[in-house]
Amino acid sequence: MKHHDRNGAGALLFHGLFLAFILAPLVVVCLSAFTPDDFLTIPTRHFSLRWFIALWHSDDFNSAFKTSLWLGVLAATISSALALPTALGLVRYRFAGRDAINAFVLSPLMIPPVVLGIAFLRFFTLVNISGSFASLVACHVLLIFPYALRLIMAALTGMAGDAEQAARSLGAGRWTTFRRVTLPMILPGLVGGWVLAFISSFDELTATIFVAAPATITLPVRIYMNMSETVDPTVAAVSTVLIALVLVVMVFLDRIYGLNKVLVGSH
Amino acid sequence: MNRNRAHHGLALTLPAALYFILLLAVPLALTFVLSLRGFNLDVGGIVNTTSVRNYVAVLSDPYYYTIFLRTLVLSVAVTLLCVLVGVPEAYFLFRMRDPWRSLCLVAVLGPLLVSVVVRTLGWSILLGRTGPINALLLKLGLIAHPAQMLFTLGAVIVVMVHVLVPLMVLSVWTSLTRLDPAVGHAARSLGAGRATVMWRVVLPQIAPGILSGSLIVFALTASAFATPALIGGRRLKVVATTAYDEFLGTLNWPRGAAIAVILLVANFVIIAGYNRVVERRVTRRLGGVS
Repeated sequence: MKHHDRNGAGALLFHGLFLAFILAPLVVVCLSAFTPDDFLTIPTRHFSLRWFIALWHSDDFNSAFKTSLWLGVLAATISSALALPTALGLVRYRFAGRDAINAFVLSPLMIPPVVLGIAFLRFFTLVNISGSFASLVACHVLLIFPYALRLIMAALTGMAGDAEQAARSLGAGRWTTFRRVTLPMILPGLVGGWVLAFISSFDELTATIFVAAPATITLPVRIYMNMSETVDPTVAAVSTVLIALVLVVMVFLDRIYGLNKVLVGSH
Repeated sequence: MNRNRAHHGLALTLPAALYFILLLAVPLALTFVLSLRGFNLDVGGIVNTTSVRNYVAVLSDPYYYTIFLRTLVLSVAVTLLCVLVGVPEAYFLFRMRDPWRSLCLVAVLGPLLVSVVVRTLGWSILLGRTGPINALLLKLGLIAHPAQMLFTLGAVIVVMVHVLVPLMVLSVWTSLTRLDPAVGHAARSLGAGRATVMWRVVLPQIAPGILSGSLIVFALTASAFATPALIGGRRLKVVATTAYDEFLGTLNWPRGAAIAVILLVANFVIIAGYNRVVERRVTRRLGGVS
């Protein structure tokens, strides 16, 4: 491996500073969650679980967590179910309007979330379902669709068509071929897309803040509101839990898919 | 390709297309119509008139164009800093050896999966009056009193760079993995110095990655909401937080819709214009090389 020249001392110093810059805020959040004090501070002598216990008993955070969890699961599932046939159509067939449809269904990535939030709020107010959980699911399905679609499309593109053709020539029907050959082969892409879509839904703040009602507040919106009003260390505790969950998800993704592929392949 | 197969393709994409028409095209059209409506609190809000008054008001009022200008300055500054910091980092990462390479890549890209609000919370602790940065500066005797770092444009820039620089690293990383190491070797063996190889061989090859990364960073900064709202506070408004305030603060929906439409159009014009310029540059450059 001669061509991987080692980095010089200057490069390593830069790299160290960069990692510190990236990780410092996350470390600080986790540390300050263990403060025994009434305000956000980094504990120096005493560590306490006080704010984790407060979090456990907080109705606000618990219901927001449940809302986000169900919202993410439903939106990611519906999105993936909608993205699977779309990916098949876009990858396997050439037809008039294909490029236009491709651009159309990827467009949520290009539209500022604030604009989407405003558009959703206007639409849901007019059809009178504003603030409902269903309206939240409906807009999240759209927002996270590109993430699910991209990973499924990548899996379909990377898969050789030979196995499908062999199955068809041996007499398998269209549906059987899909169910017994195509689906198992693209399953990693489907799972990866679902997880990425779930995370995007779980983390979405800007568009959600417009459509959420007091009864349907999601976790990021709850954290945002808590931060812009009274900052008490419960936000640090819930953030620490979220960081821990991301670590778990990363290990899981690494096992089934290879983390590099998910992170680098997502663009 | 017979007609039958073409129909299959269209039929498969139809459900998603219909969903997007109902939940994207229709709401955006409604927002545009809303932006043409009047507003009067005395008669209960939205007035059923049609005019471009909101656009004239937004585009001619110094209050609003200061906000648009601030958003532009913020986006340019964040993009430049992301290039300055993210490109060398991606390159150093690329030259590392496994297992450090994979580990560091995960450390750099992993935070993308952590909610922006959580990452912003970390910064508001770090930059606070009693935060660790102020404590350190006081201890070193560099400042006599705790510095006010929150609610400044500088703080918003730093935090936005933190939030978005992983995307720049990712974008450059992708083009580095397509780089042919043999070309660099050839240049070295023909007597080119490190700097020359970097400048004349590596950089042109990763230029598309830098350009697409900066486009992503620019577009996301221009439409960012949470970080400017939480780190910049009420006084340092940007376009997205202003639209939010018009909608949920003053409840002037038509005005808020006009700001949203301007943001959307500006976003598309910049992305399309940038793509066109970049494509021309890249093709000319590659044409010159071969």
